[in-house]
Amino acid sequence: MSIRADFPILQRSSRGRPLVYLDNAATSQKPAVVIDAVNNYYQTCNANVHRAAHELAEQATEAMENARIAVRNFVNATREEEIVFTRGTTEAINLLANVLSDRIKSGQDIVITELEHHSNIVPWQMLAQRTGAQIKVIAIDDYGNIDLDDAANKLTPNTAILAFTHVSNGLGSITPAAQLIAQAQAVNALTIVDGAQAALHLPLDVQALGCDFYVFSGHKLYAPTGIGVLYGRYDLLCELPPWQGGGEMIEHVSFEQSTYQLPPYRFEAGTPNIADAIGLGAALSYLQTIPRAQLVSAEDRLVTNALSELRQIPGVRIVGEPEQRSAVISFLLEQGHPNDVGTLLDQQGVAVRAGHHCNMPLMQRLGVPGTVRASFSLYNNDEDVTRLLEAVEKASTFL
Amino acid sequence: MDIQALKDTFEFFDDWEDKYRFVIDLGKDLPTLDTSQRVDENIIRGCQSQVWLVHEFRDNTLHFAMDSDAHIVRGLISIVLIALNDRSPEEILATDIEALFEELQLLSHLSATRGNGLRAMIQRIRQVAGAAN
Repeated sequence: MSIRADFPILQRSSRGRPLVYLDNAATSQKPAVVIDAVNNYYQTCNANVHRAAHELAEQATEAMENARIAVRNFVNATREEEIVFTRGTTEAINLLANVLSDRIKSGQDIVITELEHHSNIVPWQMLAQRTGAQIKVIAIDDYGNIDLDDAANKLTPNTAILAFTHVSNGLGSITPAAQLIAQAQAVNALTIVDGAQAALHLPLDVQALGCDFYVFSGHKLYAPTGIGVLYGRYDLLCELPPWQGGGEMIEHVSFEQSTYQLPPYRFEAGTPNIADAIGLGAALSYLQTIPRAQLVSAEDRLVTNALSELRQIPGVRIVGEPEQRSAVISFLLEQGHPNDVGTLLDQQGVAVRAGHHCNMPLMQRLGVPGTVRASFSLYNNDEDVTRLLEAVEKASTFL
Repeated sequence: MDIQALKDTFEFFDDWEDKYRFVIDLGKDLPTLDTSQRVDENIIRGCQSQVWLVHEFRDNTLHFAMDSDAHIVRGLISIVLIALNDRSPEEILATDIEALFEELQLLSHLSATRGNGLRAMIQRIRQVAGAAN
């Protein structure tokens, strides 16, 4: 069984060798069915949605709303009105940081963790500056695990919001989401989960998690770039004001005042990214056609093998040894800077990420300038691991 | 080493390995900046690596000293210095550094995606030369 054939890009070479793509935490490759769905939309039913009384508009609207239903099923939301389309995780978090302004009082705490991506730090800093709230940061241990005792200290009746990542993009740590959410709920804080990395690897169930909001990007989940998801509990979404004004989000407009649509449209001003929403729907349908659980466990086995083999290479230091790891391995070669290793791997046709991964505070916490990050996906195989190991060994002879 | 010697050397390389070993060796030979000069005031941050740059302007000649935390970037800095250091502002502004990197097949290191600080460093050098001119 090979799903590699479903992904046209995997046929290409890089630097004269078959491409080894291990930068999946940055973005995943797209199966032909997703590329075709986007093409097909433009070729057969391109029209603006939710307006125009004609057949094309009906078909476009139906295709986009079917994608919303596919997302609802994927995250197990109670109704499709809980699914707001955004440009991605970053926009979803910025949306929340804007519409939650009125719920934050000066002096209250917004709690995040040391694992956060810049996009789950900076919007909250901006909100804190506007409202006089303060940011508190839950510590991790040296292995990259959330310190639950510290979480208990940081989450207090003064906490307005807990925003944390489900899976660390820099280290691959899977965070104890259910415990953190329970701790936050015990102090009546709103809970926001950044699922950008988790959506690719973990089964999602927002009802079981019990979070108020869950956000992720389509492009890390085999869908096109420029489409993402904000899941929000319906009763909460109904209480929140819009953040951008324009078409689609209004119920009635006069020069004196406007009234707004119900969720999700209240949060989707302007013509939405119809084509890529349909692409996301196609990606989620694709995930249902493949034995995903089986492929994820195969992926875990690859990561375990790659980890134990990397440890055997002299000079390799694994950065982050979390108790629960998704498909991410961060490492350093003692002799070289991550940028050197990334460049030398690239020359061998192995695509990894080198740098701080938009995790500057985390890198500072761990005392490293950055890392080399190999991140795996369903289509990676043993050959990719072998090539990675060969490339790292060769790079180590250069430095 | 001057530019011609550099180009001649690169002509001998059969594969990427020879080329990158040479670039890394150039980097190892580049004098490091003193820690007092590796300060925020002189830094050009990239998202993968950083570059520090200081300069002096004497007798219509610009003298640069640069450093990076990454070996390959240090090697690339050496190449930039071979092409641009100890020259007049006019000469610096007249030098097409991109063309040199293209000829050496290293141009991708100056692209925006690299985030290694080199692209910004060359802009800074041109800025300094422009101001001194």
